[in-house]
Amino acid sequence: MTQSNIPTLEGPNCPLPIADRGQIVLGHGSGGQMTHDLVRDVFQSRLANPILNAANDAANIIDAPPGKRLVVSTDAHIVSPLFFAGGDIGRLAVCGTVNDVAMLGADPRFLTATFILEEGFSIQELELIVDSFAEACLEAGVELIAADTKVTEKGKSDKLFISTTGFGWADSQLQIGGEQAKPGDVVIISGPVGNHGIAVAEARGNFGFSSQVRSDIAPLNHLVKALLDAGLDVHVLRDPTRGGLATTLVEIARQSQVNIQLEEENIPIDKPVRKTCELLGLDPLYMANEGKLILILPGDQTEEALHLMHITHYGEAAKVIGQVLESSKGQVWLQTPFGTTRVLEMLAGEMLPRIC
Amino acid sequence: MTDPTANLRDASLTKAIMAEVRHIATQPWNIMEICGGQTHAIMQYGLDQLLPPEITLIHGPGCPVCVTSLQAIEQGLQIASRPGVIFTTFGDMLRVPGNQADLFTARSQGADVRVVYSPLDSLKIANANPDKQVVFFAIGFETTAPTIASTILTASRNEIKNFSILPANVLVPPAMHAILLNPANRVQGFLAAGHVCAVMGYHEYLPIAEQYQIPIVVTGFEPVDLATGILMAVQQLEAGQHEVTNAYPRFVTREGNQVAQKIISQVFEPVDRQWRGIGTIPLSGLGLRPGYASFNALSRFELDQTPLYESPLCIAGKVLSGIAKPLDCPAFSKECTPAHPLGAPMVSSEGACAAYYRYQRIPG
Repeated sequence: MTQSNIPTLEGPNCPLPIADRGQIVLGHGSGGQMTHDLVRDVFQSRLANPILNAANDAANIIDAPPGKRLVVSTDAHIVSPLFFAGGDIGRLAVCGTVNDVAMLGADPRFLTATFILEEGFSIQELELIVDSFAEACLEAGVELIAADTKVTEKGKSDKLFISTTGFGWADSQLQIGGEQAKPGDVVIISGPVGNHGIAVAEARGNFGFSSQVRSDIAPLNHLVKALLDAGLDVHVLRDPTRGGLATTLVEIARQSQVNIQLEEENIPIDKPVRKTCELLGLDPLYMANEGKLILILPGDQTEEALHLMHITHYGEAAKVIGQVLESSKGQVWLQTPFGTTRVLEMLAGEMLPRIC
Repeated sequence: MTDPTANLRDASLTKAIMAEVRHIATQPWNIMEICGGQTHAIMQYGLDQLLPPEITLIHGPGCPVCVTSLQAIEQGLQIASRPGVIFTTFGDMLRVPGNQADLFTARSQGADVRVVYSPLDSLKIANANPDKQVVFFAIGFETTAPTIASTILTASRNEIKNFSILPANVLVPPAMHAILLNPANRVQGFLAAGHVCAVMGYHEYLPIAEQYQIPIVVTGFEPVDLATGILMAVQQLEAGQHEVTNAYPRFVTREGNQVAQKIISQVFEPVDRQWRGIGTIPLSGLGLRPGYASFNALSRFELDQTPLYESPLCIAGKVLSGIAKPLDCPAFSKECTPAHPLGAPMVSSEGACAAYYRYQRIPG
């Protein structure tokens, strides 16, 4: 619309909507043309597939293949800031849910997502995040089959929240779960721990120095598939996200009613993560991970599992960190290099940096 | 590049030093490590398990949030809850219980409480929010005092009107006097806090060693540092000596960091201060000198006097003065856990109770 064809009216005027804004406005959540345009320009252009393109209110999923069962997981992603070294909320929203589905031994295939946008949020940033979301879907091999956007008034949410639900097929016979750890099993971690927690804390901008640590966010479904395709007798798969390695292992020990003994020296921790934790009084064993898995399986399959992980992406730095012991106590013991031992507990509340 | 701390964590070296301790110890000795960071390291590495039965480590009062008085916490809560205030604090402080609430509670009820890693960050917040009063909760020992003092100097130089501190800094030597004067005292030797001595030097401990005939060893935080500090203390105890010796010479000199000391004494002066669970210790705190009194939050806000309530179950005072161990407390790991702390030592990563809980040993 040009200046010349705007009618000059006396008295109250009807303000014309500005079609091309750089920010989310309430109109983007109206369900009308602006919503339609946003969905088409920002989402469908990046996440196209036949099911999503059908643009119905619900998606038809094909029947489960014979011998398979449906595995579902859902997760809301709220991270501040939205961008941090090594990732962003888009990649996190895909990988977090893909990994949760994969940890039951399932092959994640489909995602649904809800994007909750705050009025005023930058569309340019949204595009970057949806690009990253799409890229992570491609890497994981999942399709977004249903999605929704809502816009809240400014101040009623914080820039962008993404909730995702993942669907996958798992072999009906498969019994993988936190309650399956057995005495004689070994505990393997797929790589160094603590990176995501440090990267996000640093992005919050209060360290006063650069740790050079990047988040480890990654889809782990291909790594899981490699292990299962090889016919390994996987007992437990778990991604140690919030609460970190220690909290997740305590959960497993309690669920399975076994003790887990860890060798502190064998737990892989990148040097910058270790240094940053020491400076701030944080413990890397309690820092979040988004691209690591704990694998527990019979001791006699250790070699094969390690070999497979080492030749598969995101498993290159896998290490045996401990073993499962007979006990009904459900404790996790850490064997220090000093020949001393201590018990690891769950993280209590928020992890806080120390003072001096 | 080699990691300079690698040798200091060498397990065989640590064990060799501890073997020497075992070799020379002929009778029971009680040694207090003053700093909570040392307590934490001892528990984390399990160094207490390497000690001979003769040597007992007693955990000292060197946990900044643990000794911050209930009154100061209540004042902080009141200030934080005022409209137009941004209350800034070190992270540990958020979960320390006041009468009923902690700063987390205040935040969930709408108070603008922010965690900072340095008081200078508070000043940045003040610059960015000229319409708000920004208050920094000034806690800690001699280690945090220099940066707090230099923040005050910067604020004063730049005439920043919307920044103030709630002064609660405390000093180590007066606390050592208080511990040694307590009739129930069991401490026979001290491991002085390496960080504090890096700032203050160790000359101020000489009169204490002399007056109470007690050995004091300046000690660091790595396993080899701690084992060396313990060995040097036991050597003195066995020989009947009472000197101040330095097991942390790579950071600590007799005179310390004189620039930092000068900044501290430019801004602060010693005042009587209350220590949580211990009581008022004369000249044990840092108060603002008259020239900087306008940066005292207590003179900017009218506060109500609230009656103070401590849990009757908590024995934090005894733990902090080395008279009891965390496991002596009937509430330990029952009513009192890091998720539901009754006292501050269960909160801080430097608190003795939290260290015991986190690195607990369960017999059998």
